[in-house]
Amino acid sequence: MPLSTQSQGDAEQYVLVASLDNARNLSNILKAITFKDHAIFSATPNGLKVTVEDSKCLQANAFIQAEIFQEFTIKDDSVGFQVNLTVLLDCLNIFGGSTVPGVSTALRMCYKGYGYPLTLFLEEGGVVTVCKINTQEPEEPVDFEFCSTNVTNKVILLSESLKEAFSELDMTSEVLQITMSPSQPYFRLSTFGNSGNAHYDYPKDSDMMELFRCTKTQTNRYKMSLLKPSTKALALSCKVSVRTDSRGFLSLQYLVRNDDGQICFVEYFCCPDEEVEEQ
Amino acid sequence: AQFESFLCDVRVITTISKLTKTCVLRLTPDNLFFVLSGKVANGGVSMWCELSQANFFDEYQMEGVSPEDNEICLEVTPENLSRALKTIQNAKAVKVKLTKKHCPCLTIAAELPTLSSISRVVTHDVPVDVIPRRLWNEFKEPSMPDFDVSIYLPPLKTLKNIVDRMKNLSNFLVIEANLSGEMNLKIETDLVSVTTHFKDLGNPPWGDDASQDGGPSQSRDPEAMAQARVDIRKLQQFLMGQQVNPSKAMCSKSTHRVVHLILLHEDVSLQYFIPAVA
Repeated sequence: MPLSTQSQGDAEQYVLVASLDNARNLSNILKAITFKDHAIFSATPNGLKVTVEDSKCLQANAFIQAEIFQEFTIKDDSVGFQVNLTVLLDCLNIFGGSTVPGVSTALRMCYKGYGYPLTLFLEEGGVVTVCKINTQEPEEPVDFEFCSTNVTNKVILLSESLKEAFSELDMTSEVLQITMSPSQPYFRLSTFGNSGNAHYDYPKDSDMMELFRCTKTQTNRYKMSLLKPSTKALALSCKVSVRTDSRGFLSLQYLVRNDDGQICFVEYFCCPDEEVEEQ
Repeated sequence: AQFESFLCDVRVITTISKLTKTCVLRLTPDNLFFVLSGKVANGGVSMWCELSQANFFDEYQMEGVSPEDNEICLEVTPENLSRALKTIQNAKAVKVKLTKKHCPCLTIAAELPTLSSISRVVTHDVPVDVIPRRLWNEFKEPSMPDFDVSIYLPPLKTLKNIVDRMKNLSNFLVIEANLSGEMNLKIETDLVSVTTHFKDLGNPPWGDDASQDGGPSQSRDPEAMAQARVDIRKLQQFLMGQQVNPSKAMCSKSTHRVVHLILLHEDVSLQYFIPAVA
């Protein structure tokens, strides 16, 4: 394969080398978190984590474990950098990103360390494209301090049940209200838009509800504009877990299967817009 | 001047309509030419498309301006022509005539089949401008500049995909090619640099005969790249119009001056000149 015919000398200098036979296994999942230009990349021996933030109130993370890659070599305990995500996606899709069966773009992603560009070697059909994307010093991602011990309510739903609701959400509503309760209405999504109020109820014994663990009634509102990008992650996923903690912070975790059926995770954290008195 | 013909199929007109809004149609006894001469208004690109009339028309009658200047020159809007021709795709017979209504027109008359035995006749009058003889000099066949390198293009669809993405990243693109069948597309900005490498493309045999005495090009290092920097949108526009894979597609470069693209379909040759920018 042309990509592996790089000089051995080069390989010595990289602190991170990650290879994929199918670049879509990276580009598809990155699309689920592309709502801002910049992304923070953080690599550890466990794999790659890509973070995108909006105004310190919303954070999206994509996790691609080391096992997903055909090659994943890291020299330090942790390697971090920041790149323009839109540019990265254009490069990953340089050959058109079409889904012709049997044809895929191979990727070798290399990084020499602080001050160096992120180098991508992409190959499809014998044609090789080399991209060098400038990197910046990574910002420190916000720590939402969301820990499982503090979780008050949790449900796991099959994504197809939420996809319909999310595609119909009244965008004239400034907020999306989420109610979770051990009693009726169990799990409810509400909007308050120009055409009136809308509610989507998911009973706890519904086929779509894989797990229902609510300890107390909570109603929280989140800015619609912040949550809208999460629809991309929902579209890719097969299951989603919705959790709120005692502060009303929201965690959405999406289980995504890539082209080869392997599992990756995308996670969104969102701050509540305002506290609503418990009913 | 008169012009009358029966038309079979002219798909090339749709391709040309994607390249330019207006162009010149030159009619000679043997050929039709669609010409766009490189003016500042169209960003300096020029186009020369040649069709042999015998391949497209069952019957072709033409009488030029005079016996010495036996040709007709018209300014046409290819999209109008293309649209008219599309509506008569199922025609049993098509006739194209140069007529004079309230203004000169290419009148396309088509006999369309109907369920009954009587045919329906549809007529389109596509307005054109007749170009006076004194301006004909502007629309002569372009002379081939001395080329440094000529190379066969990779599949146009592949090129188009890559150029479409590169356009998101930069306004300018460098095309380089050598006589060893290698071609690179390069963009470079503050944010990113991207280079695509094509190999084993092959060079047309006459690429070496570009210069008259055969001297300079014979001694050209086969690995040396001839480079030209072009406005990426012009290249993208050329690639957008290509609907059918040509039997041959070639690119020639005279370093730093112009990029010449030529596509050969069975009956049509289309040449496109993109000026290089500094």
